[in-house]
Amino acid sequence: MRHILSILLENEAGALSRVVGLFSARGYNIDSLTVSTTEDATLSRMTIVTSGSDDVIEQITKQLNKLIEVVKVIDLNESDHVERELMLIKVRSTGKDREEMKRMADIFRGRILDVTEKTYTIELTGESSKLDAFIEAVDRTLILETVRTGASGIGRGERILKI
Amino acid sequence: MEISGAEIVIRCLQEEGVEFVFGYPGGAVLEIYDAIFKQDKFKHVLVRHEQGAVHAADGYSRSSHKVGVALVTSGPGATNAITGIATAYLDSIPMVVISGQVPTPAIGLDAFQEVDMVGITRPCVKHNILVKDVRDIASAMKKAFHIATTGRPGPVVVDIPKDITLARAEFHYPQSVSLRSYNPPAKGHPGQIKKAVNLLSDAKRPLIYIGGGAVLSNASNQVTELVKMLGVPATNTLMALGAFSGSDPQNLGMLGMHGLYEANMAMQHCDVLIAIGARFDDRVISVPSHFLSSPKKIVHIDIDPSSIAKRVKVDIPIVGNVRDVLDEMLALLRQTGARPNAEHLANWWKQLEEWRSHNCLKFDANSDIIKPQFVVQTLYEITGGDAFVTSDVGQHQMWAAQYYKFNKPRRWINSGGLGTMGFGLPAAMGVQLANPDATVACITGEASIQMNIQELSTCKQYHTPVKVINLNNRYLGMVRQWQEFFYGNRYSESYMDALPDFVKLAEAYGHVGMKIERPADVEPALREAMKLKERLVFMDFITDQTENVFPMVQNNRGLSQMDLPPHMRHLQQGTVAKERDYGNLS
Repeated sequence: MRHILSILLENEAGALSRVVGLFSARGYNIDSLTVSTTEDATLSRMTIVTSGSDDVIEQITKQLNKLIEVVKVIDLNESDHVERELMLIKVRSTGKDREEMKRMADIFRGRILDVTEKTYTIELTGESSKLDAFIEAVDRTLILETVRTGASGIGRGERILKI
Repeated sequence: MEISGAEIVIRCLQEEGVEFVFGYPGGAVLEIYDAIFKQDKFKHVLVRHEQGAVHAADGYSRSSHKVGVALVTSGPGATNAITGIATAYLDSIPMVVISGQVPTPAIGLDAFQEVDMVGITRPCVKHNILVKDVRDIASAMKKAFHIATTGRPGPVVVDIPKDITLARAEFHYPQSVSLRSYNPPAKGHPGQIKKAVNLLSDAKRPLIYIGGGAVLSNASNQVTELVKMLGVPATNTLMALGAFSGSDPQNLGMLGMHGLYEANMAMQHCDVLIAIGARFDDRVISVPSHFLSSPKKIVHIDIDPSSIAKRVKVDIPIVGNVRDVLDEMLALLRQTGARPNAEHLANWWKQLEEWRSHNCLKFDANSDIIKPQFVVQTLYEITGGDAFVTSDVGQHQMWAAQYYKFNKPRRWINSGGLGTMGFGLPAAMGVQLANPDATVACITGEASIQMNIQELSTCKQYHTPVKVINLNNRYLGMVRQWQEFFYGNRYSESYMDALPDFVKLAEAYGHVGMKIERPADVEPALREAMKLKERLVFMDFITDQTENVFPMVQNNRGLSQMDLPPHMRHLQQGTVAKERDYGNLS
């Protein structure tokens, strides 16, 4: 099952590689990973989308907590949360496809960031599944390039990950 | 006053009360070695290979409950240390390894003797730190010692670039360290402890399963009190030998792949299991599904939450320091007087004694070739179970574990997790330095000993009178055993031809060598060696080439489906059927 783990860790050189090294050394999956500093510059926040049975997720959480630089780990799936991912997608938009692409971008509430005679570059945000859906919805041969950030997640309401 | 980074390193070690630093100099650590030259608070032990340094620090730590410290140079010095570090990591040994690094501006440029030590050790350390500023050395060192010794212990590497050891700063050693991201648990949850005690008093076939954590947390007294108070059987892992006396009748002996018949049967068929600082690893319970096929309730006490529910689901997890948890459990047992039902317990003991009566460790004592078991047994008898015994890895290790009954913790020093051949001799050096007046024996084989034999030279330099018991069967014995069992006797590369003359070799290093070829000479030779208190004696025992280690649990089999020694083969056939019958016994 897909899980979103939120990790608060010391903003120190090497901390990221410890987390990534742990996943590869123990054979855990990483579907996506995002990381950046928080409002407190000494802390980084990482969102990892992973998958595995409940036992595996429990082990991942425990193993992450064992890393000295990891301050806190929560599994966002345990309660309500929101997640967003950003995608930039460059598509071929000529002839009849030009209007179609514009329409698809509108339907998915995307924004066209860059326009040339032959291409659109569209920005889309949403749950990862929505971005998947967009890719499914457009003609695959028209997709020139995609770049995705991976999901970021946060708990709803009073559920706060802080030290 | 400002002092150099190198001097700061030395001052930190002094502040930590370090007695010995095991190391080997090289370009990147020359400043540190110069600072060592100018001090006399701790002693430096010059090994002959960096792996030896780390194993010696390891043996020192295991036998003394102090932190082992090793010092190596960058590049090859650092990589040579890796096996030692991984060995300590797998067995949770508190250790600080200081490695030199190329100067900061040269990092990443493939400089001479550069290796990314922090990167290369990441998967086999509890933590590691690259120091980038001379003002950070003291806090990094304090942090290293703190992390190495608290929670589940482990090795910590501090990597220091050469320019940092040259730079100067004021020295202030922090009195304490507080890390917001690192707060190891101490006391166990009282509610869980209470549940465990209740479970124990309802048990019909209880068993206490003692692991290395009991040794690491110095909980031998607590474990012993618990076992004696409850009158229940106990078994210990390879890592826990001595945590509960090996000669106590309530001790069923070691369990696992080469565990005793009675211990493995008890482990399989108990109905309440108290796991203390143990981790149900593959060499202990073999296949988890088979282990759980006989229903049982499991209490698991461990300081590391990730050890709990890793291989088997448990009913009552208790996260905490083993000693503290047991103290609370004992207090509760004293207060409530809760005990397992005496009648059930008597029935259980009857079954245990029946299993034990087969004497699974019986071997041919009248052989005219030296049996390796006989050598270990004789060593046990003449040292009264009181020696420090290190071992390498293989058949001799298992025989040492089976036939030497350790009555005290921290006497049995072996590489249980990583299984590192070459560990025994350098570890024995460390043990001897920590315990200068004690008898230290290194039980080894002709293959393992050659993996770090250069340390005989270090032993000479530092007068460590280790007694090397070389069980020489001219085979990589455990490999040969597997080849006999599973590969149709195709002994692929497991025979050692062209062995050195170990007697002459020992003498060349300035030690005493003995070759023992007849069973009748075993005891007199051991006694003679023990009399040579000031000398390292290398005893080359020419042993039976065909001897196998029994019992043995094959990889894909259940714990109770052991291959048994020849005199118990009749039981082996019926193991599975017998198990089913026994499942209903209450």
